[in-house]
Amino acid sequence: MSSPQNSPMTPGIAAGRLPQETLADNFADLHAPFAPHEAAVAADRCYFCHDAPCVTACPTDIDIPLFIRQISTGTPEAAAKTIFDSNILGGMCARVCPTEDLCEQACVREIAEGKPVEIGRLQRHATDTLMARQSHPYQRAPETGKKVAVVGAGPAGLACAHRLAMHGHDVTIYDAADKPGGLNEFGIAAYKSTDNFAAAEVNWLLGIGGITIKTGMRLGDNLSLDDLTGCFQAVFLSVGLGGVNALHSEGEDKSGVRDAVEFIAELRQASDLATLPVGRDVVVIGGGMTAVDAAVQSKLLGAQNVTIAYRRGRDAMSASTFEQDLAASKGVRLMFNLQPTAIYGDGAAGEIELEYTSDDGGGLKGTGETIRLPADQVFKAIGQTLETTGDLDLEGRKIAVTGAGRTSRKGVWAGGDCASGGDDLTVTAVAEGRDAAMDIHATLSA
Amino acid sequence: MADLTTEFLGIKSPNPFWLASAPPTDKEYNVRRAFEAGWGGVVWKTLGAEGPPVVNVNGPRYGAIYGADRRLLGLNNIELITDRPLEVNLEEITRVKADYPDRAMIVSIMVPCEEQAWKDILPRVAATGADGIELNFGCPHGMSERGMGAAVGQVPEYIEMVTRWCKQYYDKPVIVKLTPNITDVRKPAAAAMRGGADAVSLINTINSITSVNLDTMSPEPSIDGKGSHGGYCGPAVKPIAMSMVSEIARSPDTHGLPISGIGGITTWRDAAEFISLGCGNVQVCTAAMTYGFKVVQEMISGLSQWMDEKGYTSVEEVVGRAVPNVTDWQYLNLNYVAKAKISQDDCIKCGRCYAACEDTSHQAIAMSDDRTFTVIDEECVACNLCVDVCPVENCITMEPMAPGTIDPRTGKTVEKEYANWTTHPNNPGAVAAE
Repeated sequence: MSSPQNSPMTPGIAAGRLPQETLADNFADLHAPFAPHEAAVAADRCYFCHDAPCVTACPTDIDIPLFIRQISTGTPEAAAKTIFDSNILGGMCARVCPTEDLCEQACVREIAEGKPVEIGRLQRHATDTLMARQSHPYQRAPETGKKVAVVGAGPAGLACAHRLAMHGHDVTIYDAADKPGGLNEFGIAAYKSTDNFAAAEVNWLLGIGGITIKTGMRLGDNLSLDDLTGCFQAVFLSVGLGGVNALHSEGEDKSGVRDAVEFIAELRQASDLATLPVGRDVVVIGGGMTAVDAAVQSKLLGAQNVTIAYRRGRDAMSASTFEQDLAASKGVRLMFNLQPTAIYGDGAAGEIELEYTSDDGGGLKGTGETIRLPADQVFKAIGQTLETTGDLDLEGRKIAVTGAGRTSRKGVWAGGDCASGGDDLTVTAVAEGRDAAMDIHATLSA
Repeated sequence: MADLTTEFLGIKSPNPFWLASAPPTDKEYNVRRAFEAGWGGVVWKTLGAEGPPVVNVNGPRYGAIYGADRRLLGLNNIELITDRPLEVNLEEITRVKADYPDRAMIVSIMVPCEEQAWKDILPRVAATGADGIELNFGCPHGMSERGMGAAVGQVPEYIEMVTRWCKQYYDKPVIVKLTPNITDVRKPAAAAMRGGADAVSLINTINSITSVNLDTMSPEPSIDGKGSHGGYCGPAVKPIAMSMVSEIARSPDTHGLPISGIGGITTWRDAAEFISLGCGNVQVCTAAMTYGFKVVQEMISGLSQWMDEKGYTSVEEVVGRAVPNVTDWQYLNLNYVAKAKISQDDCIKCGRCYAACEDTSHQAIAMSDDRTFTVIDEECVACNLCVDVCPVENCITMEPMAPGTIDPRTGKTVEKEYANWTTHPNNPGAVAAE
């Protein structure tokens, strides 16, 4: 093994804390793909339930019993087709879906035996098989001559664009980043999407034809909704949540304090993980998937101590039990009922002060008791906000939509994290993109 | 996607998957939903003669055999033909056929072995607009005690006689459904052919008792402490059905007689196998009864994918492809030599192959201290038992030996030429090759 220049004990923020081989192991597939025997045994456990609870639990309504049966009869390609019919990003969803909260939680065998059919991994088995063996499996309908703009090339935008293109419409996707994929490309832990899967999936999806992607185009910057509605017959907004919430703590401006999403994106885009700096003592503020992704990956990069500090109790954490257990198994410490009050250090962060909280029903309050933790790096993972809205009505802090993603403005639809309703999940975004596309298609065909 | 459109006896259906005459096809409500789910056709549950309908038992009608994880492998039943009035069935058939003109609608019939009984019912069935009829000469329980069903199917002369009446009084295709509860299925098939049948369908269910309740000493399904043999069906009967189908397909007397295959068809693969053995289409019941009508979707996607992969563009191209390869034992190539091979990468070291071979076969598998299992070529007769008991698919394979190599078991060179028992020196009746 090559010996790295640094170690987990190296003070401050440093790169190369672990040998290359260890890093490669650490960031390998979280759930390795099934070998054929494993897939056969796993598929065999499905009961082919009627009106299956797993399907009801899936935001994209994938016909799970059918695709599993197709796997067990030796036709994983047909299984993949069943999946893609409902969810064109079924490959990514198989990797990132919190299945333990969705299909697998609803599985009758979870209820009967505490051990669900491994739907997520079976889905990956099917989709990987088809994507490896076949080109794009759908045919585009004859061109309609109708033009639709999609803003944001994340899961919602891609799903919407694909469905529209399939129906013969001409789609242009605009994205602010330098490449498409959105959160699939920039916002997911590296060990959930290995081998550049997100980019490969986008390329595969574009095989339908009729979709043009323009990168470096940001709404409110070099792109305006008025121009888009002028040039296109319909516009679908799937801009995500670009803003990051602030801590509002003293010392937040010190170096070493940064947004978790930025760190996650940087890690996903890194070609050499050994060059990626990480703190010795990392504290992540937040309780969602982003917090877990940032914390676990800090640990895997070689941080000595990683702590997630969440202001409420474990029950309120939006990261699933599986994600919490994953963090714990990697050596991340989970601390609850703690909110940051100040970050100390001479220019750079060195220590964080956290105050205990309690909630007696009248809202969360600090108890006055504080603790300090060493922290040369602090990640903020306390939620993201909508950046650009144009003149659209909002619901809470998101674009208000009714029906299949209709906004307050005629001809403008929205879906994914930027739109009201639904959980902020890849699979929910896909469902919203797909359904908005069908509504746009119906409107344009009327 | 390959086109699965099938024309059987001139009856078109969007796919070769028909629901067999059975409880799933007993009424309009079910049949409509079956068609909506994608079934290509149905054989309506057997109609009886005009008059008070038959009655069924009011206790359990089904018994089952399970595999691991309570997977239903075999089902038996003591249900009789339809217990609803003839007129109601005829009206429903008429309505459903009118609404689904693209689906096959066959009506199963069972009336007494009297010409008048058939003469009476056939025009009424014809009036429904159904595409054809199937003669139920197979039902092995209840009705057979009254001289119908299998009682007819077991007497070739009756089959021929009734089939002839049907051809005389009905002008659309007549399918004769055969019982497997006989010794040689070729005889009833030939009788049907002589009577003018357009096709045969097989197999109907097999006489069976699925279990005995050891507390009450009653066979199951038990009706007030007593049981009667029922008709066995489901995946367990598939091998029996395929053998019977192949016998009819390759017998010179019946070769070319269209066959509708029935017996444990559960997946696209089962269907493809029946079709390859000479069936123009297949009928399904137990799979639908176990998993619901939706199960046909896997059959459709799977058969279509397989046909695409093999380059078949119609079901017709597949029909009978395996028939030339069904032969008698005496014609099997005795110069073909294979050896079992265990993939150490795939082996999970359960030792089932070892137990099977060591205890019950040829002591041809060695087991090391670290549980590595290897084949002893000097002992292996390639019986395949290890393959059959191995829980991992393709972990143990049968590898043919190349001609010219020496079989370590016999010390003889593997011959390239085909040679069978008819010319083997050990055969007292061997004929010298000329």
